[in-house]
Amino acid sequence: MARVVVNVPASAKRGEVIEIRTLAGHVMESGFRRTERGVLIPRDIITRFVCTYNGVEIFSAELHPAMAANPLISFTTVATESGALEFRWTGDNGYAVTESAKISVA
Amino acid sequence: MISRRDFLLFSSCVLASSRAAAQLPPNIAALRQAALEEAIRKVVGDAQVRPGKVTLDLPPLIDNGNTVPLSVTVDSPMTEADHVKAIHIFTEKNPQPFVMSAHLGPRSGRARISTRARIADTGKVIAIAQLSDGSYWSDTVSVVVTLSACLEDGLI
Repeated sequence: MARVVVNVPASAKRGEVIEIRTLAGHVMESGFRRTERGVLIPRDIITRFVCTYNGVEIFSAELHPAMAANPLISFTTVATESGALEFRWTGDNGYAVTESAKISVA
Repeated sequence: MISRRDFLLFSSCVLASSRAAAQLPPNIAALRQAALEEAIRKVVGDAQVRPGKVTLDLPPLIDNGNTVPLSVTVDSPMTEADHVKAIHIFTEKNPQPFVMSAHLGPRSGRARISTRARIADTGKVIAIAQLSDGSYWSDTVSVVVTLSACLEDGLI
């Protein structure tokens, strides 16, 4: 089953810029490769990633076949308040995974 | 273990594809350039893209094109009035020029993203940042790839 890892600091000072790293276990089959019999392997990738902070979207990305397998996305955000960050990956063949992380802001 | 039948099938495929490669149009570089320009136009529209403000950081020599770590930093205060709205990454030699489009905002704090890409061949990698005032800035890095990302045949 789909596995994802997110790295969010457990606590931060208010107003501090924190780095968030996310990794989704996915083959990201580009749709340009062939099997040894010459049959084209159909595309199977994650196409969209969204991160929300207490329900407000703070980062999103569209991914294309040129992303490496197991796409790693790292970005920053301002720690505004304690709460939860929600991460959502969606892609081909109905791929949809959500993950959340808690952060306490002092 | 590969059977004789599989081997023959495979080698005929390879032969067929190398023959196909020989029949590729001679202006393939021009076609690829056109595809790249079209992709960039799709993102920026008629706006002018100026070099500067953006720093694209990736190794100049890539051993394995399948996972190339890269990061993009944009010189911006990231305030409500002046921030980076989006960062787009393109490659010159991949079958499709798009790699990723990231959407940021004033809540990002810093305009910096990093990721890992596939790069098919020696060529340029381009990062374009869209600022909140509607201007576009870019950075281009030329890289050398020794092992290309999975594309056994027809680098189109």
